[in-house]
Amino acid sequence: MLELRSVSARYGSFQALFDVSLDVRAGEAVAVLGPNGAGKTTLLRVISGLLPVAAGELTMEGRSLLDLPPHRIIETGIAHVLENRRLFPRMSVEENLKMGAFIRGARARFRERLDVVYELFPRMAERRDQFAGTLSGGEQQMCAIGRALMSGPKILLMDEPSAGLAPVIVEQVFGLVDRLRGEGYTVLIVEQNVQQVLQLVDRAYLLEVGSIKTSGSAAELAADETLRRAYIGI
Amino acid sequence: MTGRRLQYAGLAVLVALPFVGVPEYYMHILVLILIWGFVYTAWAIMGRFGLVSLGHGAFLGIGAYTVALAWNLLGLTPWLGIPLGVGLAVLVAVVIGYPCFRFRVVGHYFALVTLALGEVVRLTIVALRDHTGGSLGLTPNRYGEGTSLYALQFADKEVFYVIALLLWLAGIWIWRRVDASMARFAMDALSEDEDAAASVGVHVTAQKLRITMLSAALTALGGGVYAQYLLYVNPGTVSGIGVSLQIVFAAIAGGMFTALGPTVGAMITIVLAETLRIAIGTEVIGLDTTIYGVMLILFIIFLPKGVLGGLIELYERRTAGGAGAMAGKREVGGGA
Amino acid sequence: MVFDIYLLEAIINGLLLGGVLALLALGLNLIFGVIDVVWISYAELVMAGMYGVYWLYAFFGVPLVLAALIAIFGVAVLGFLVHYLVISPILGKPPINQLLATGGLLFFLQSFATLLFGVEFRNIGLRLPVIELWDMYFSFARILAFAAALIGMVSLYVFLKRTFMGTAIRAVAQDREIMATMGVNTRQVYLITSAIGGGLAGLAAGLLVLQYDVHPAVGLSFGPITFMICVLGGLGNLLGGFVAAFIMSQFISIGGFYLDLEWGYVIAFVFFIVMMFLRPQGILGRRG
Repeated sequence: MLELRSVSARYGSFQALFDVSLDVRAGEAVAVLGPNGAGKTTLLRVISGLLPVAAGELTMEGRSLLDLPPHRIIETGIAHVLENRRLFPRMSVEENLKMGAFIRGARARFRERLDVVYELFPRMAERRDQFAGTLSGGEQQMCAIGRALMSGPKILLMDEPSAGLAPVIVEQVFGLVDRLRGEGYTVLIVEQNVQQVLQLVDRAYLLEVGSIKTSGSAAELAADETLRRAYIGI
Repeated sequence: MTGRRLQYAGLAVLVALPFVGVPEYYMHILVLILIWGFVYTAWAIMGRFGLVSLGHGAFLGIGAYTVALAWNLLGLTPWLGIPLGVGLAVLVAVVIGYPCFRFRVVGHYFALVTLALGEVVRLTIVALRDHTGGSLGLTPNRYGEGTSLYALQFADKEVFYVIALLLWLAGIWIWRRVDASMARFAMDALSEDEDAAASVGVHVTAQKLRITMLSAALTALGGGVYAQYLLYVNPGTVSGIGVSLQIVFAAIAGGMFTALGPTVGAMITIVLAETLRIAIGTEVIGLDTTIYGVMLILFIIFLPKGVLGGLIELYERRTAGGAGAMAGKREVGGGA
Repeated sequence: MVFDIYLLEAIINGLLLGGVLALLALGLNLIFGVIDVVWISYAELVMAGMYGVYWLYAFFGVPLVLAALIAIFGVAVLGFLVHYLVISPILGKPPINQLLATGGLLFFLQSFATLLFGVEFRNIGLRLPVIELWDMYFSFARILAFAAALIGMVSLYVFLKRTFMGTAIRAVAQDREIMATMGVNTRQVYLITSAIGGGLAGLAAGLLVLQYDVHPAVGLSFGPITFMICVLGGLGNLLGGFVAAFIMSQFISIGGFYLDLEWGYVIAFVFFIVMMFLRPQGILGRRG
């Protein structure tokens, strides 16, 4: 479904990604793991067009994304749940969700999808008129995921959905991701919470200093000695 | 070496000018360029450090009106009236500047506070119409035959030329002093990042205030001399948003990061306005300033360092590169 | 103090003036909040609109309402062009450059108007009735302007609140960087916002031309007060600008009642400067 071939990216003179190749098949959940500053967030930003590709090829369902302006990428079915949620703090929950349905194809189905999201997250229905900035961390994450779902995506890019949340809430968020998988969404997730995320995904890539170090099934990586020592700390 | 020799040659020409019988009209243009060049330089002293004032008309107006009012109402000689105006301007600069810098009113907000100040001064002048003549302007009373050292009134343009030249040279000298002194480094540091400057021990508020006081004082001095030269002041031409913006634009058009930049700005704007005025005539009012406005926009988009700044940059690149000499020349032709 | 009917008249007139000032501030504030640019030449767009109405009405006999509608559209196009030609090439540059570029535009529009129409003061020559109410006199033009300004502001509010594009415009003001991930083309949003800001200036022009003469420098007489209102309300804060407009208009009106119109303005500006030190974030603003 989503495919990266030797993708490089840079911030000014600083190169953040080197020859990254990665693919996500329809219906799969894939994780990108790695330490802080490895380029995980950069990877997602490149896919959703926030950062241009410096070299390499990037395709969604066989169609190249390189010639699309950033705001058209979401139309191909890629929705990005951003790092730190990035809700519009002084807009209501419902207005945030409305922004998720901005693209032409999604506007007509706004009401219908709003019901779906409210069904998925009853908490959001309760707080629909509340400013997003006043929500708790877990609720904000629900709102951010809901906003991404409003465009009717095929694949969800999730950037550290568990960051900054209390352990109980982290459980809930991962439970949520699991439910989304059940609903048939394809997921590409970036996480630091290696142990938990490996229980959730089919496959994973390990990113270090902007390059893919290793990849494999979740089970393989969970058993990998070096990875265990470096990130799981057991 | 050649740079220095060029400077002396230029200075010699400037000093010799009044003695070779330059026609009065050109003398007038030269005096205007020198006085405005001085005012623009005064603005650039603070403008280059990110303290973009849109209210220098306030200081100019205070300088011009104080000297004229002191002379007309109190019979006070401009020799005292001008320092009085300068003192008043400095006082206003402190009253506005201190809280601004203390509370870190920067960027847009500083620009708009100064804009308000310029309007306050202009409207105050208009509102005090019983003494100032309101928007019709004010004419300082003539003293005797028209030439008097006591009244600082001279019938000959040459005398004013010398005064304006001295003023302008002083302005350039002060600009250089500020540029060379430690204050420059400190101010550079704080226009980029106030917190960093504060952490290396620069007293940000004091430094900014000092530079603002200096700039206000020089601007008021320019205003006083301008009033004495024209022997007519008008709230529209020496204060308010119009002249304030004119000061900013000319300084930027010339280049506020080089000593002679603001003067080049004065030359460009005055020569342009005069040439267009003569070429087009007075029938088509507004064409000169229309072209001027378009040029300003183009300058800010394409030449933010100003004409002189841009030329210097180009020259440096050319001497560094060498190969691009022809291309560089063509670019200058296109830009100027 | 004894009840003074003339003071009440001044206060109500201030209120009516506040409506138009609020409309002016709204356009400028919208542009600042969304694009993060101060259009120093905003009032000159209003001036252009005033000439447009004057020209259509007085020369070509176009009905006033139609002339005003054409002016709204025309100034909206002008606003679009301001962003397209002047702002977008320097969008990433220091904010002060953008402010100065629009200052160049101020000179340009002023002198272009001089070129076309000369420096004479022009009046559309429409005599609107004066309404008498318990010994107080209110010009019908002012009441009309107040009502139309309110209608304009309410329509904008509904647009910003109800439509997808309106919501996107408000969203850009809160977090411009992520808009592309929601399929929003910020460039397009900026252009639409600029056009709306222009349209509001056009509406203000149609209302001001009923009360004031047009001349090339007319923008300078209400441009500065518009900026002060925006800053006082907290730049980009639409509600704050609305409140500030009525505060400033009372200063002008009551100050003008006791002293002179100029003193009214001087007091308003001094109040502004003092408030900048006390509440730099604006009366309703948030810090930072």
